[in-house]
Amino acid sequence: MRRRWLAAVAVSMAGLLTLTACGSGDKAAGDGKSGQKKVEVFSWWTGPGEADGLKAMREIFEKNNSDFTFYDAAVAGGSGDQARALLASKLQANQPPDTFQGHAGAELQGYIKAGKLEPLNFLYDELKLKDALPQELIDQISVQGQVYSVPVNIHRSNVLWFNPSVLKEAGISAAPTTIDEFIADLDKVKKTGKIPLSIGSQWTAVHLLESVLLGSLGTDAYNQLWTANADWSGANVTKALENFKTILSYAGTPQEDWQPAAKQVADGAAAFNIMGDWAYGYFHNPAPGGLGKTSKTDFDWAASPGTDGTFMWLSDSFTLPKGAPNRDGAVAWLKVAASKEGQDAFNPKKGSIPARKDADKSLYQDYLAWDLEQWASDKLAGSIQHGVVANDAWRAAINDAVGLFQQDHDIAKFQQALADAAKNSGQ
Amino acid sequence: MRRVRRWLPGLLLVSPSIVAIAVFVYGLLGWNFKVAMSDQHDEISQGSFVGLENFAGIWDQERWGISVRHAIVFTVVFVGGALVLGWFLAFLMEKGIRGEGGFRAVYLFPMAVSFIATGVVWRWLMNSGMGEQAVGLNSLFSHLGLGFLEWQWFRDPDWGMAAMAIPAIWQMSGYVMALFLAGFRSVPDELRESARVDGCGEWQVYRYIVLPMLRPVTLSALIILGHISLKVFDLIVAVSGKQIITDVPAVFMWTAVFDSHDPAKGATIAAYIVLSVAVFVIPYLVWNARKGNRP
Repeated sequence: MRRRWLAAVAVSMAGLLTLTACGSGDKAAGDGKSGQKKVEVFSWWTGPGEADGLKAMREIFEKNNSDFTFYDAAVAGGSGDQARALLASKLQANQPPDTFQGHAGAELQGYIKAGKLEPLNFLYDELKLKDALPQELIDQISVQGQVYSVPVNIHRSNVLWFNPSVLKEAGISAAPTTIDEFIADLDKVKKTGKIPLSIGSQWTAVHLLESVLLGSLGTDAYNQLWTANADWSGANVTKALENFKTILSYAGTPQEDWQPAAKQVADGAAAFNIMGDWAYGYFHNPAPGGLGKTSKTDFDWAASPGTDGTFMWLSDSFTLPKGAPNRDGAVAWLKVAASKEGQDAFNPKKGSIPARKDADKSLYQDYLAWDLEQWASDKLAGSIQHGVVANDAWRAAINDAVGLFQQDHDIAKFQQALADAAKNSGQ
Repeated sequence: MRRVRRWLPGLLLVSPSIVAIAVFVYGLLGWNFKVAMSDQHDEISQGSFVGLENFAGIWDQERWGISVRHAIVFTVVFVGGALVLGWFLAFLMEKGIRGEGGFRAVYLFPMAVSFIATGVVWRWLMNSGMGEQAVGLNSLFSHLGLGFLEWQWFRDPDWGMAAMAIPAIWQMSGYVMALFLAGFRSVPDELRESARVDGCGEWQVYRYIVLPMLRPVTLSALIILGHISLKVFDLIVAVSGKQIITDVPAVFMWTAVFDSHDPAKGATIAAYIVLSVAVFVIPYLVWNARKGNRP
């Protein structure tokens, strides 16, 4: 009898111990002995190019800061869906990483409102970043005069990619510069039997929408949509959405994601594709990471129709969470991320351009040279889908509206949904 | 004391799992319902009790109606398809073919694959490109001269969700086959023979003897498939991602929580999923308990 008792106690103890062991195991990883020295950098840069860029910045960081060790807490998944879900739960549990990646702009608003982020104005002053970054960029990422992140790179959203030989076949001599020209060109391509416009999954339609909105409304009206005195019910928005509907009617069968859609252009099956400039790396890089195509002959680009002179930007940035276990280490990382040296090491590998105006131009070739030139001279507008102008809730509502519109093509309902989304965003 | 000695060791043995289940299953389930009945529509505010407001309000959202309709179509096609196919395979096996073990293993293999892996493969097989753009099954059809069979698969606005059920049927029908095979085998030969002696044809033996005896197996299969189907998430995300065209409640829940940052809405959807699964499971449990009580 006694034996059975002992056995029972032993087994239940063992059970309880395993349970508690799970709990304490996590903690031990968080504040181990190297806790003071380790800098946990949370990002979603795990793909080809971006991971190399991160590594280049990491080398600079470790060279400059021999007393800190870099801890790469990257979570795989394009555009950071999974990473952000994990991050949200870490921040809710008040266990932030030392610094984390986020799209600069409205995407960070939730964290800012929740008081999870430290303002970085002190760092901007110390590093004189207000002179190094374009003023318009600082204005567009400031919340009530405070800046909460350090932009590392700039991507461009409003790029029209096209296949020159397909255009030639359709009798189109140059890339369209207005929405009306674009629609006329789509029609010409349709007559040749090729796909006029390739498109991917639902989010690529939102990406298309932001370029069409910007191209139809013009920069000032577009930027106004994201301010307090926005008018989403106006006739100009209706016109823009009608353009969107017309353009969508020329789209081919939706592909799985943006890469297969871009590939249709590179392969000469489709004429046009509107996608961010990460498509350049995909077109240009050798296999397996890219398609190994030659720029200007196999594929070419222009500002998306009606948006020449405006740079629709998005940016990856790093933040300083309140209660970061190693605040000094995080600040040291942000200094590298903000520096000319850090940005010039990261961006050529990632296939983006530095946010700073004083970049070394010789490092950026081909598309990136064009991109850098435009960044220096263009007016700026923020991207919807990539977290600049609309906070997460608003963006999710726009995504829903576009998804529903793809099914029923009802413009009045679509516009109403967009107006409601703006009203309910709480931004 | 003696009595205590009899039950206490047993209780101690199971107590860790009782505690774990109480906290991590029922505790969190309760918490979910609490959030669902609050107005915590962002992550910062505390939220106060609003009763069933969210449960009623969600029906005004067009996306919710679509995802519920999709879940129903998916469930009907998936459960029906897997049951019929599984039953048919078991029926063929039961006839005593050669190499039965081999066939059984082959049909069961898909069970060993996760829905994610299944989804990745079927995303390619069910690519919606047609004509020159065709790959996967559409390309196979056109090479076989069956071009008229090419269709948009899960991108079809009306029947897309039925296509989405195909990978699920592929994956689960082997399991249903195993269940039915066990069921067929449990019908004693004496019963069949006496039926034959009484003048039953082969079809009548199945109709009046075997099928009625398969009822408990069918019910178990129905419940297992039904609850998988109502909470399906991984397959959908692997095949098409978060798109309205293949939206189901579990995907909507993910967007509500992680994209819209609306915990109350996410919890409401989660609650509806739990309730819909409960509709399947609770009658089964009751029925099982009743059967268990009968000697």
